[in-house]
Amino acid sequence: MKGRATARTVLTVIFVALLALPLLLKHFRTRGEAANTALDANAALSRYGFRLTEVGQAAGINFVHQAPTLDPKLKHIMPQVASMGAGVSIVDFDRDGWADIYVTNSGEGSKNALYRNQKDGSFKDVAAELGVGDVNQPGTGVSMGAVWGDYDNDGYEDLFLYKWGKPELFHNDAGHGFTRVTDKAKLPAWVNANTAIWFDYDRDGKLDLFLGGYYSEDVDLWHLKSTKMMPESFEYARNGGRKYLFHNLGGGLFEEVSEKLGIDSRRWALAATAADLRGTGYPDLFIANDYGISELYFNDGKRFREVGKQTGVGFSPKSGMSASVADVLNNGNYSIYVSNISEEGVLIQGNNLWVPRDGTAGESLKFDNLARAMDVEIGGWSFGAQFGDLNNDGTLDLYLVNGYISADRNTNYWYDFSKIAGGNSTIISDAADWPPMDGRSLSGYQPKRVWLNDGTGKFVNVAQAVGVGDVYDGRAVALVDLWNRGVLDVVVANQKGPLLIYKNTVGPDNKWIDFELEGGASNRSAIGAEVRVFWDGRQQVQEVTGGSGFCSQNQRRLHFGLGKNPSLEKVEVRWPSGKTQTLDKPAPGQVYRLKETV
Amino acid sequence: MKFRVDNRYVAPLFITCILVVGHFAYGFLESYERTALAIGAAIVTELVLGRIFFGKWLNLASAYITGISVGILIRSPAFWPYALCSVVSIMSKYVLRVKDRHLWNPSNFGICALLLLAPDTVAVLSVQWGNFLWPMLVIWVLGSIIIWRAKRFHISFTYVLSFFLFAFVRSWITGHPWRAEVAPITGPMYQLFVFFMITDPKTTVRSKTWQCVVVFFVAFVEMLLRLNQVIYAPLYALFIVGPTAMLIETWLESRRPVLTQESPAA
Repeated sequence: MKGRATARTVLTVIFVALLALPLLLKHFRTRGEAANTALDANAALSRYGFRLTEVGQAAGINFVHQAPTLDPKLKHIMPQVASMGAGVSIVDFDRDGWADIYVTNSGEGSKNALYRNQKDGSFKDVAAELGVGDVNQPGTGVSMGAVWGDYDNDGYEDLFLYKWGKPELFHNDAGHGFTRVTDKAKLPAWVNANTAIWFDYDRDGKLDLFLGGYYSEDVDLWHLKSTKMMPESFEYARNGGRKYLFHNLGGGLFEEVSEKLGIDSRRWALAATAADLRGTGYPDLFIANDYGISELYFNDGKRFREVGKQTGVGFSPKSGMSASVADVLNNGNYSIYVSNISEEGVLIQGNNLWVPRDGTAGESLKFDNLARAMDVEIGGWSFGAQFGDLNNDGTLDLYLVNGYISADRNTNYWYDFSKIAGGNSTIISDAADWPPMDGRSLSGYQPKRVWLNDGTGKFVNVAQAVGVGDVYDGRAVALVDLWNRGVLDVVVANQKGPLLIYKNTVGPDNKWIDFELEGGASNRSAIGAEVRVFWDGRQQVQEVTGGSGFCSQNQRRLHFGLGKNPSLEKVEVRWPSGKTQTLDKPAPGQVYRLKETV
Repeated sequence: MKFRVDNRYVAPLFITCILVVGHFAYGFLESYERTALAIGAAIVTELVLGRIFFGKWLNLASAYITGISVGILIRSPAFWPYALCSVVSIMSKYVLRVKDRHLWNPSNFGICALLLLAPDTVAVLSVQWGNFLWPMLVIWVLGSIIIWRAKRFHISFTYVLSFFLFAFVRSWITGHPWRAEVAPITGPMYQLFVFFMITDPKTTVRSKTWQCVVVFFVAFVEMLLRLNQVIYAPLYALFIVGPTAMLIETWLESRRPVLTQESPAA
């Protein structure tokens, strides 16, 4: 009897200790985050090797995104439905060697901006004069994002603009202006799209185009026939927009081949990216879907096969918002980062970092989600995320923006959101059933994440410490060396907020090397080209992409940080055509401009 | 020969069916490993504590239900919450006892504890096996048959009726569409809640009438919590009302005069 009483006392102590365990774990976790407090510039430089300073206004950029005003039947949940459209893409449209910025706007009648780099630290909006500004006319829908690619191989990057509305293709007339060629390209009349990427899926030397629908294409958000246009499920919705794959036939003509080639999905796509994940030479296609699982399509050049479940990335349904690919472990393999939703006490989806499992490759390739193990899991209501070496230390860091709807600071919509999200499809899919937002926030005012890769498989958030303190509703991020200094600056497009330009200051000790590629036999943009840098016994691979993240596109130039006193061994380039090229012992601190021989 | 399933195994079989069908129809499990971890942790804890405190290997049906409920209901990208939740759920039966009765439904206790103590890591499913009609109807019908057979249907039925009543009250107070107020009960979390949590024989009061009264109050407290925008209102309502009812019943029973047979007067 006494023994049982003792056992009960011991059990009670263990019970209390177990209940205290989550609090202890949190304590140790937050102690680790204590490093993320604001530092002065010198301290940030000395501790982390870089410092970001917001210079948008000083650079002459006063762009503020406007959201659309949709059908009055959606008025009660308008902030939620009209919550996207701030996109940013980087291009050197006039081939002057300086990166320019294209920004999308989404108010009816609002103007997109093309900021030409003035090479003196400032930018000038030339969208209107070049014909790519006034693209949100009532009746044509509004912009969601844009991607640049030289579809006709004339040396100048052309503009594909995707909208909730009529998608548009603009031919770049040698950097002096743009000509609308949408009709000749036979693009569809209306797509409610939130993602598009250029890639040459069949490696025929001509860029093809993937376009992913979000809302169904038969929905005109300004003139709703029915309020039953919302997702039929929070996690299993298949009533979204269709997907398009436009095969480039040459001569400005495209053929839609998605269904013929095996891409037949009506999930709610928010992001896509392509990379050669298996080393076949052909770019595989990854799609991050809202309200469901992600999709991964293996591509053999003639056919796409959906292998999400087989590879492990399409198992757990979440709210995919962004897709980006990087060699995060410097082992020559690509991992895929997908952003999702996490809100303390409500919904902890966690972002995914899909890392190839050791011992798997090719057809048997499998991925494991190592976001938690590598500390890049919790990022709030996450949107755009991009990899890049922000401090030139030789490892790829991760910049993530977040925040869904920042309205009233003291009230939030989460309760009502979760109430309806748990409902049967007949309820959730009807906008009329959704409770009114009444000015409430939904995961608003969220601090951003700048995750520094420590090279040992861990990331640490240093956003505050390095100068990123904004809490706008971030959507798109693009990384670019705006002033040709051998560093990556950061451009952030915010929903109903300003375009932010974070100028990067990197300590002088860490070296770098950049590559600008121009295809010959391959597509001239060199999208799909792969550069592998070997130095100090390490290696890192990067691929030229035609769009990544959320509604964004990084600079075409590939930037590699090398750390201190690097000893470069060689650089291998694999062009999309399959040709390879090797540079022996290149010198750091230079931009190598490589042309593929025909 | 007539095949009969022991009543104790009907509920575990049913919940396993929900898990298997839900997963293969919709792939709703966070992962096999996490669910297995939750079930395994619950079973091992029950085996060990049963042996220590009762000197025997206990029937594992109850622990299995606890583990599988945790595996389905908890959502976390981490592994440890699944194990911890199952372990504290089972332990609560041995620690939080009054007059040799445990007070909380184990998984209700464990899940509420984790929600309160680890909100940065743990959430509860709000949607998981699709929001479509047919699986919902099948589960409601099957669950009702099973719960009828277990003679607990009156509890589930009273709760569901009360929920609808209070949903309309909430709609009237907030002005929100009534379909929005009814929406939660069409989700799978409520199916587990209605069939497995509020009907737990060990943590419900003894009288049939009072069982109905208690779940009516669970629904009432849930309404109050919902009006205050508490997301996991039903779980917290049961967490509050269930043990309170048990304590009141225990107290009332302790005040009842003990009847002893007196020897006849000489």
